[in-house]
Amino acid sequence: MIFNELLENKWIMGIKMRLWMLIIAAIILSIVSLFIGAIDIKPSDLLDWESQEMQIFLISRLPRLLAIILAGAGMSIAGLIMQSLSRNKFVSPTTAGTLDAAKLGILISMLFFTNVSYTQQVIFSFAFALVGTLLFMQILDRIKFKDVIFVPLIGIMYGNILSSITTFFAYEGDLIQNINSWLMGSFTLIIAGRYELLYLSIPAIILAYIYANKFTVAGMGEDFAKNLGLSYKWVLNIGLILVAIIATTVVLTVGVIPFLGLIVPNIVSIYLGDNLRKTIPHTAVMGIVFLLICDILGRVVVYPYEIPVNVTVAVIGSAIFLIMLFRGRAYAK
Amino acid sequence: MIEIKELTKRFGSKPVVNNVSVKIQPRAITSFIGPNGAGKSTLLSMVSRLLDADTGEVLLDESNVKKWKSDQFAKRVSILKQSNYLNVRLTVRELISFGRYPYSKGRLTDEDEQFIDQAIDYMNLGDMQDKFLDELSGGQKQRAFIAMVIAQDTDYILLDEPLNNLDMKHSVQIMKILRKLVDELGKTVVIVLHDINFASVYSDYIVALKNGSVVKSGPTVEIINRDALREIYDMDIPVQEQNGCRICVYFNSY
Repeated sequence: MIFNELLENKWIMGIKMRLWMLIIAAIILSIVSLFIGAIDIKPSDLLDWESQEMQIFLISRLPRLLAIILAGAGMSIAGLIMQSLSRNKFVSPTTAGTLDAAKLGILISMLFFTNVSYTQQVIFSFAFALVGTLLFMQILDRIKFKDVIFVPLIGIMYGNILSSITTFFAYEGDLIQNINSWLMGSFTLIIAGRYELLYLSIPAIILAYIYANKFTVAGMGEDFAKNLGLSYKWVLNIGLILVAIIATTVVLTVGVIPFLGLIVPNIVSIYLGDNLRKTIPHTAVMGIVFLLICDILGRVVVYPYEIPVNVTVAVIGSAIFLIMLFRGRAYAK
Repeated sequence: MIEIKELTKRFGSKPVVNNVSVKIQPRAITSFIGPNGAGKSTLLSMVSRLLDADTGEVLLDESNVKKWKSDQFAKRVSILKQSNYLNVRLTVRELISFGRYPYSKGRLTDEDEQFIDQAIDYMNLGDMQDKFLDELSGGQKQRAFIAMVIAQDTDYILLDEPLNNLDMKHSVQIMKILRKLVDELGKTVVIVLHDINFASVYSDYIVALKNGSVVKSGPTVEIINRDALREIYDMDIPVQEQNGCRICVYFNSY
């Protein structure tokens, strides 16, 4: 049976995934993504700078592609860092309350300032994402029963609590509609001028790569890190700050994309291991490929309309997540 | 030289380690033994800076270990604790490479690669260096961690119950390796042991703890005898000599 084969991991282990394969896939999908949409654009249209097609291309298609690339790479790496630092394969921005905390931050900023500026939203969202994730790590430190499945369940409950606080205050402040628009991860509304915040995740991703070895060592536990002379708390804080930056920029521009930070790092871990220096490039490119596929599917299925990307990611992602859960104990121990 | 001076650690109001003073002899194996809850692991954790002492101090080359810089300290003293690293998928070679972290911060030089190769050869891990840790047996995994510590190239190697979960064959193998580290490479090994007979056969010095205090400490011969053992364990344990090894026959004692 296909399902059993997947469970036993034959498919993934059978293919020796190389970085260049992923990069080629990402390039091909990027080109496809640029030329799909309600308005037909041919490559030849782009030769004329003044044409309407060229304008659409520059204002809508290209920003959309860049947003997908940055969000895909960013969320996957954020997940990878969280899994390494929490030493749990199923902890990610979705399953540790990070995204819910970022959302709560946006709401609080709306309640605090009547005419909230973009910068204020960014700062509040970042602060809440950081504190929210930190709080979850503290909870994680305190619970004795650290089962692979149990920990993310606590994280999901914790996220739901944050989420219901958000809903309550949003209801009181008549902001429900506003907040719900953050809930839905979608690239439909991405146009030039509305996604540039995502560029902030580029330095975060580069820093993550520079810190890769430190994250791997910290992922072996506090005692192990101290034995090698590494300042564990410092690395932990850097990691959480990077996660908060990435989560904030994605939530504020694209919205909530579930599962991405959960499944992509896990698939890479299965065939490449947990040495972050090695896995970060794979994780980033696979995140891009995965998100491109989901976005293209969402645009093609009900053409010329669109399904928001968070729906397609959730459908495909939850299926893969279930498979991982079933075979979870085999490798995530 | 490591010297422990009047070290005390309380968890709550109860002292787990109480006013302990010990000198660790260089180029020898020193075993910490004693009943459960005697404070052996806590003491080892304080020596290796994983835990802070409440009062007292640990001196490395006559200066307090707290005053050492983390990366300098990591070049002199290494510790392996009994923990679960099972969920991290690193290859054996990657793990051993991290032993060079205090020197290279992750950018391995040719010299680092040499140390790594030597450690792999020394622990006989050549044919499994590209395997993931979670594919290894308990004994192989323990050998990989010891190889990492060898690559770390510290004078002092501290191990917290390294024989836990190992069968007889692998326990003997690990103890022989530790003996070799002292005899051939001139390391100083400090080890927390549960099995009194492994302590008796392989260590040069024994520190016996009970309720957080040192009951006896000295060369192995002075500790492995009926009177001293009665004081440590509250059991009457006959000691028999077998092929030059002093074996404590505690199985039917009272």
